[in-house]
Amino acid sequence: MNNKPDETNAAGKKIEAAATEAVEPEKGKGASSKLMYSESVSASKAHSAAAAPRKKTLKEIFFGHKTSYTLRKPLKKWWFLFMGPVTAAFIIGFVWPFIQGIYLSFCKFKLVSDAEFIGVDNYVKAFSDKPFMRSFIYTAGFALVSLFFINIIAFAVAIALTKGIKGSNLFRTVFFMPNLIGGIVLGYLWSMIFDGVLSAFETSIMTNSTWGFWGLIILICWQQIGYMMIIYIAGLNAIPDDLFEAARIDGANSWQILWNVTIPNVMPSITICMFLSLTNGFKLFDQNLALTGGQPYETTIEAGKAVSIGQTEMLALNIYNTFYGANTNSRGTAQAKAVLFFILVAVIGLVQLAYTRKKEVQQ
Amino acid sequence: MKDNKNATAAIEPQLLKDAKKVSRKKSGISLTIVFSIISLVYVFPVLAVLVNSFKSNTYVKTDTFMLPINDAEHPDIWAGFSNFVNGMTIGNYPFVNSVINSFIITLVSTFLIILCTSMAAWYIARVDSFLCKVIYYLCVFSMVVPFQMVMYTLSKTADTLHLNTPWTIPIVYLGFGAGLAIFMFVGFVKSIPIEIEEAAAIDGCGPLRTYFTIVFPMLRPTMISVGILEIMWIWNDYLLPYLVLDINEYRTIPIHIQYLKGSYGTVDLGATMALILLSIIPVIIFYLICQKYIIKGVAAGAVKG
Repeated sequence: MNNKPDETNAAGKKIEAAATEAVEPEKGKGASSKLMYSESVSASKAHSAAAAPRKKTLKEIFFGHKTSYTLRKPLKKWWFLFMGPVTAAFIIGFVWPFIQGIYLSFCKFKLVSDAEFIGVDNYVKAFSDKPFMRSFIYTAGFALVSLFFINIIAFAVAIALTKGIKGSNLFRTVFFMPNLIGGIVLGYLWSMIFDGVLSAFETSIMTNSTWGFWGLIILICWQQIGYMMIIYIAGLNAIPDDLFEAARIDGANSWQILWNVTIPNVMPSITICMFLSLTNGFKLFDQNLALTGGQPYETTIEAGKAVSIGQTEMLALNIYNTFYGANTNSRGTAQAKAVLFFILVAVIGLVQLAYTRKKEVQQ
Repeated sequence: MKDNKNATAAIEPQLLKDAKKVSRKKSGISLTIVFSIISLVYVFPVLAVLVNSFKSNTYVKTDTFMLPINDAEHPDIWAGFSNFVNGMTIGNYPFVNSVINSFIITLVSTFLIILCTSMAAWYIARVDSFLCKVIYYLCVFSMVVPFQMVMYTLSKTADTLHLNTPWTIPIVYLGFGAGLAIFMFVGFVKSIPIEIEEAAAIDGCGPLRTYFTIVFPMLRPTMISVGILEIMWIWNDYLLPYLVLDINEYRTIPIHIQYLKGSYGTVDLGATMALILLSIIPVIIFYLICQKYIIKGVAAGAVKG
């Protein structure tokens, strides 16, 4: 009960909370699931018999439970107004394009109307596509390097700014500011600065892939350190002061405090930030397009055909170029690549979810 | 918090406390100085845009880090406001229209998303039927789907339904952006005690009135968070409007800037810098006004997403 004061307050009566506890003690889903249950319990059971724990029937799980009949019955009559717009837009904007996208990845097509089912051919082509595989490795490398730099720097800045130094708020404001500038604008802004520096070496960010890589790393650090810093600061502020005082009285030095008190206690924030920077790195598009646009291109001869590979082209940009490039025959392959890309990003997202859930339970 | 500090302070010997105070103060000042320098470096790119937007085109690339002051070597580096004047018409499309389109799309979409998803979220949380659960989990699922997965089919669907103007594209945004908003609203509605709404219903308040007079005001903090996340996303979004909108007639600021470089062999860098500056200014004003909410909203969105 100690760690759930909010729920007790929110649910109003203590009896309900107790009933909730009794009903599902085994699940550590956090506040939301408990409250959902406490509603049903509070409405039907709590007032009659608080002690009688009762399991959800299958019917209740799938067809809703008899929670607050007074509220549900009139509300259901208005379903069209409440659910209609979102459902319609959601089908237009997500459900239908998604299903169609999956279907088209198994088709040969130039337009949606002339799709012709050809099985897994597109996937075979995607895997044997050299620029695609190269962009995958490049993107993975970029995501890991950016993850490393963003998180180390953001964490260090967050620690310094929670020490209560003068002007902390101002610094926080400044560090977060680049986050609001859009990817395209950021890309051109930095390409101006990089080209300004590189003009001294008589080169340009467009002609040198090493510069292109590190340029994008600098750009992404500039943009995202502030964001991660905010999450770290929220995590650091949530640690009770007593822990630090206790450690200090026990004679721990600041290095020991950092490793044994601070870091274990901000583990949830660290997980969130790591996964956020990882998925952001994989999904990066605007900045990549605006800064280098995949340039420089290198042409290699592959089985008698010339294949030009963008040296700084990332996954999302590669998919875009395959879709809207000069070769309209490759749209099926592009859609297959997009499905693979989706699976990759979704797997990272699900691992994150599972991992954070586990961490929450442990706490 | 304060009590804690006082209590422990009493335990510690006076000497130790004093020593610590002194050392903390010293490190505090030096840290402030270090961070002031870092902050200056941090805002430098934006300052560089400001400076370069007043430079003549030919000097932007070669003398990026010089102030635009005429001297013997750079006789005409100061361009005054001519970059801004040129920028308005450069690229075959008036910049003012792009700004107006961006404002329309962002405001209408955000308004639509907040209103529709908060109503739907209340319905989902309170009715909680099988269909509601399906929609809810589909929304959560849509949050992990990258845009590239649906970009081709979505743009074709939107084209067929004529959703390709600034006034109709908000429907696409409502559909594709519903996930996060529904997720955040449902989470919040579930934390509101249902008894308040029940009491209203018993007193004869219909669902619509219950929603607008009782639930709506309670949702305000979440609405601000959702609104800020959506504004930040939609204002800066490039690919979705680029693929959905009729590009010859309607452009947004990111599309406009991308086109400056994309379609012309020689780019007027000075004018580009002026336009970049003009597109950053609204963002910075918005940030300075709503700073508190933005940082809160971002933290809330990150922890949940």
